[in-house]
Amino acid sequence: MNRRALNQNAAFAMFWIAGAVAVLIMAFVVGYIMLKGLPGITADFFTSSPRGGLSGEGGIYSTIVTTFYMVVVTLAFAVPFGVGAAIYLTEYSGTSESRMVLKLVSVARFGVETLAGVPSIIFGLFGYALFVSALNFGFSILSASMAGACLIIPVIIRTTEEALKAVPTGYREASLALGANRWETIWKVILPSAFRGISTGILLSAGRIVSETAIFFVTLGGSYRVPHSLMSGGRTMALHVYYLAMETRAFDKAMSTAAVLVGLIVLMNLSINMITNRISAKEYK
Amino acid sequence: MTAEIRMRAVDYSLFYGDFKALNSISLDIPTYRISAFIGPSGCGKSTFLRSFNRMNDLIPGVTTSGKVLLDGNDVSKEDVVNLRRKVGMVFQRPNPFPKSIFDNVAYGPRLHGTKNRSDLAVIVERSLKGAALWDEVKDDLGKSGMSLSGGQQQRLCIARAIAVEPEVILMDEPASALDPVATLKIEELMNVLKKNYTIAIVTHNMQQAARVSDYTAFLLTDENRAGNLIEFGPTKQIFTTPSDSRTEDYISGRFG
Repeated sequence: MNRRALNQNAAFAMFWIAGAVAVLIMAFVVGYIMLKGLPGITADFFTSSPRGGLSGEGGIYSTIVTTFYMVVVTLAFAVPFGVGAAIYLTEYSGTSESRMVLKLVSVARFGVETLAGVPSIIFGLFGYALFVSALNFGFSILSASMAGACLIIPVIIRTTEEALKAVPTGYREASLALGANRWETIWKVILPSAFRGISTGILLSAGRIVSETAIFFVTLGGSYRVPHSLMSGGRTMALHVYYLAMETRAFDKAMSTAAVLVGLIVLMNLSINMITNRISAKEYK
Repeated sequence: MTAEIRMRAVDYSLFYGDFKALNSISLDIPTYRISAFIGPSGCGKSTFLRSFNRMNDLIPGVTTSGKVLLDGNDVSKEDVVNLRRKVGMVFQRPNPFPKSIFDNVAYGPRLHGTKNRSDLAVIVERSLKGAALWDEVKDDLGKSGMSLSGGQQQRLCIARAIAVEPEVILMDEPASALDPVATLKIEELMNVLKKNYTIAIVTHNMQQAARVSDYTAFLLTDENRAGNLIEFGPTKQIFTTPSDSRTEDYISGRFG
């Protein structure tokens, strides 16, 4: 074998090892959690709520309910603003003749980029100061979901913007040339074409809410009871893992909750893939 | 020119900011004829074509002077939705929506208020027949428009354009992304379409202009890179006895 082929083989071998190590680490983490967590998962674990106290007795029913509410309420706040802002930024702002608007837009874009990199505890602190204290919403699903919305709005704006930009200019032109106005073009052509990208962004953000802890630690309160209104406090599954691990002796329960959490995230990612595949199959049938 | 005039540009100039892209063009588009705009790349022929349905409105910083008239009325004063309903457009790259063939053709009529499914079905069939695509797709109207071949896609776009029954169809190099066989089909189709529609086509294929058009306009940039109309007249005359030496140089392939 000559030298160049040898170099190539050496490089490929290194990439292969790097890839294998990355996969192995992940498999180890997930495998360890599953190994420790799965044995504790029974039907009872899903249907009973934590009983509180040092022993960490009980299941995770109330934390599943809280997680579900948190995802739904946070998305209800974040999706309209995020998608709306992205539509404005990509579809409307560019055609403005006003320098003022263009300047504002570039500031807004920069803000979005920066916000997307801010540590989540900062949003938590902000949520605590504004929603929990100043607005007096207390430790509640309302406070926590508003703070959570601040975290994911930049993510939704960015993914939606990318999805909108990926829509070919030809679609816009074709629609406008047929006598559609800009809103009709956005509603009937651009949004449906960008649907795959937008929903992927929304599902990713839902994943962020499911796995987020820092923000909810300072806005959601941590009650282990089933929430009965927007003003109730609660704890999400991820938060429950933290409480169990740090404040009780029930490390095995923390592992079981973690296993459920990992399963949920895997399920969400699978559904992202399914959306992507189904829509592209339909498009190119 | 004895034919009736459908559209007319009068002393029409267009600016991108301070840059003059079209310089004082005056020209008549005769009804039920094919008028071709030819000229080298960058001479402004596509920009000029897009002035007829105000597609340049979308570009920030564009201003115009002079007039473009449709049936004697200034298009800049007309409601743009109404104007584009009367002046349809087919683009360089086939651009069907990622929707079914049916929904592609029904898009325009739905916008303009036809909701009834059986009315739409009639329009879709008539338009697809008008675009010589019906026989190839009639059993598969639910299939995505994107799944068709390039030439079929372009005929679908023509069907989509004629579904709103425009008076004029603008074609911006409609065959430049197609193979010779598909190109021929589009050209044959244009000859049929001109019975009912007035057509203006941009092409930088001179043979195409000579083959399909009744009238030809030759555009060229001046020393300031602004597009000027050099000559406009019956195609036969432009290609055999042009009155301007620059036209003769261009059509005989000496530049461009």
